[in-house]
Amino acid sequence: MYQFSSGFELLELTKKYNIPISEVVINYEHEMTGDSKDTLIEKMASNLDVMKKSVERGLKEDVKSVGGFIGGDAKRLYDKIINNFTISGETVSKAVASAVAVSEVNAAMGKIVAAPTAGSSGVIPGALITIARKFGKSDDELIKSLFTSSGVGIIIAKNATLSGAEGGCQAEVGSASAMAAAALVELMGGSPEEALNASSFAIMNLLGLVCDPVAGLVEVPCVTRNAIGAANALICADLALSGMRSIIPFDDVVSAMDSVGKAMPCALKETAEGGLAKTATGIKLKMNMRE
Amino acid sequence: MDLREYSVFDIMGPVMIGPSSSHTAGAARLAKIARQIAGDDVKEVQFILYDSFANTYKGHGTDKALVAGIIGIDPDDERLSHSFELAKEQNISFSFVKSDKDASHPNTVRMVIKNKSGDVIEVLGSSIGGGNVVLKEINGMSVEFTGEYETLITKHIDKPGIIAMVTKVLSEHMINIAFMRVYRQLKGDMAIMVIESDQTIPEDVRIRIEHIDGIEKAIVVDSINKA
Repeated sequence: MYQFSSGFELLELTKKYNIPISEVVINYEHEMTGDSKDTLIEKMASNLDVMKKSVERGLKEDVKSVGGFIGGDAKRLYDKIINNFTISGETVSKAVASAVAVSEVNAAMGKIVAAPTAGSSGVIPGALITIARKFGKSDDELIKSLFTSSGVGIIIAKNATLSGAEGGCQAEVGSASAMAAAALVELMGGSPEEALNASSFAIMNLLGLVCDPVAGLVEVPCVTRNAIGAANALICADLALSGMRSIIPFDDVVSAMDSVGKAMPCALKETAEGGLAKTATGIKLKMNMRE
Repeated sequence: MDLREYSVFDIMGPVMIGPSSSHTAGAARLAKIARQIAGDDVKEVQFILYDSFANTYKGHGTDKALVAGIIGIDPDDERLSHSFELAKEQNISFSFVKSDKDASHPNTVRMVIKNKSGDVIEVLGSSIGGGNVVLKEINGMSVEFTGEYETLITKHIDKPGIIAMVTKVLSEHMINIAFMRVYRQLKGDMAIMVIESDQTIPEDVRIRIEHIDGIEKAIVVDSINKA
C-alpha cells in the first residue's frame, strides 16, 4: 500500500520501502488507477514535452498576452543572460526567464501544463528544466522528479488548497515552488527528508502571498510571481541540500498555509477586489479593458 | 481534510491552452458539451455571459474558447486561439451578449444554439474551477451533470416504463450506470433523463434507445476524459 495523505506518511513509505519520493508517488498512482508504471511514465513524459515546448517558445518568441499587459520579457531577459549581463547569475536567471516564458505563453493563449494551476504554470518547468540541463540530468530523471512534485502537490491539495480563489497566490505559486523545490532535491540526490525541508522553506517564504490580479487577468502580477517561485525553489533546495532543517515540519507548514488562506479576506483571493487590482492604476486598466 | 483521492495528473495537469483553467479551458469544455447536445450541427450561436465571464471574457480569451468548443475543439488544442477564423470558414455565426442578471455561479454562460434543421437549443452551464464544469439547464429544464462521465441524455414523455426500457438496453450491452437523474416540468409532459456511465455508449446503443416508444431524442455526450 502506497497511499499517503501527509508528509509524515510519505516519508514513512520512503523509509519502509527504501525508495525515493518519486517511486512512492508512481506506486500510489499505479495502485489508484490500475495504469501500468510505463503508461504513467509515458503520460508524464508528454507533460514534460509540453513544458519544454512552452519554455522554448517563450524564450524565443516575442509573445503578446491577450490582455496586453505583458509579453516579450522572457526573451529580453534571456538575451541578457547570453550576454552575461545578469546580476543573479546564469542559473537563477535562466530558471527565472524560463518561468516567465511559460507564464507569457499561458497569457498568450498558448499550450501549457497547469502545474498545479495555469496561473502558476511557469514555476516547475522553469526551475526543473533549467537545473536538469545544468547538471546533465536525463529526461527519465526529470520525469521522475515531476512525480516527486506531484506527491508534494497531492499533500497540499488534501490538507490545504492549490486554488488562488480559496487560498490566495501562496496556494498557487507557493505550492508550485514547494513542489519544484522537493523535485530539485531529489534530482540532485538529496534524501526524502531534505526534499520536504526544501518544500517547507518554499512555502514559508511565500506564506501569506495574496492573489490580486490586475483587471482580473492572469498577467500582472502573475508573471513576476512565477519568477520568484522558480528562484525561491532553487534557493530552498540549496538550503535543504546543505543540511538546513525546517524546525516546523512540512505538515505543520501546510496547515499554516491553510489557516492563513482561510483568514485572508475574499478581496485578496482572485476576485480582483483588492491589492494591486484596486490601486488607482489597476482600476484604470480594468476600465480600459471593459471598453 | 479533503478526502478526495487526487490523481498525480489532477495536480500535474491538465495540458491546456491558457490563460485560465476556469475562464478558458472550462469555457471550451462547456461549449463542446453544448455542441453535442445540439446534435453537432451548429449553424448559429449566441453566448450570453454572466458575472465574471461578462466582465473579463476578452482578456481571458473566454470568447475564443467558447467558439472553439462550439466547433468541437478541445481545451488543449492549439487551434483554440484561432477559433473565430475557423468558425467563419465553417459558416458558423456567433455573437456575445453581456447579461447584467445574476447567475448561480460567477462563471456562467447561456448558449442559444440554432442547428441546421432550424431547431433552437438552449444550454446553460458554469465553469466551477480547475477546468471543471457543471451543465445546469437544457431548454429551460434544470439538469445537473459534469461531463466527467460518458453521458446519455434522453428527451421523452413522462410515462411509466420508459426508464426501465432504457436501463434494460444499457444492461444488455453491459454498460454500467454511475449516476442517473430524471427531470420533468409537469406530470405526463416532456421529461429529461441524464445517465452518466463508466463506459462508452456506442452509436448503435444510442439508436436503440432513441427507437424506444416515447423517447423523442437520445444524445450521447462524450466523457471529457476521453478526449
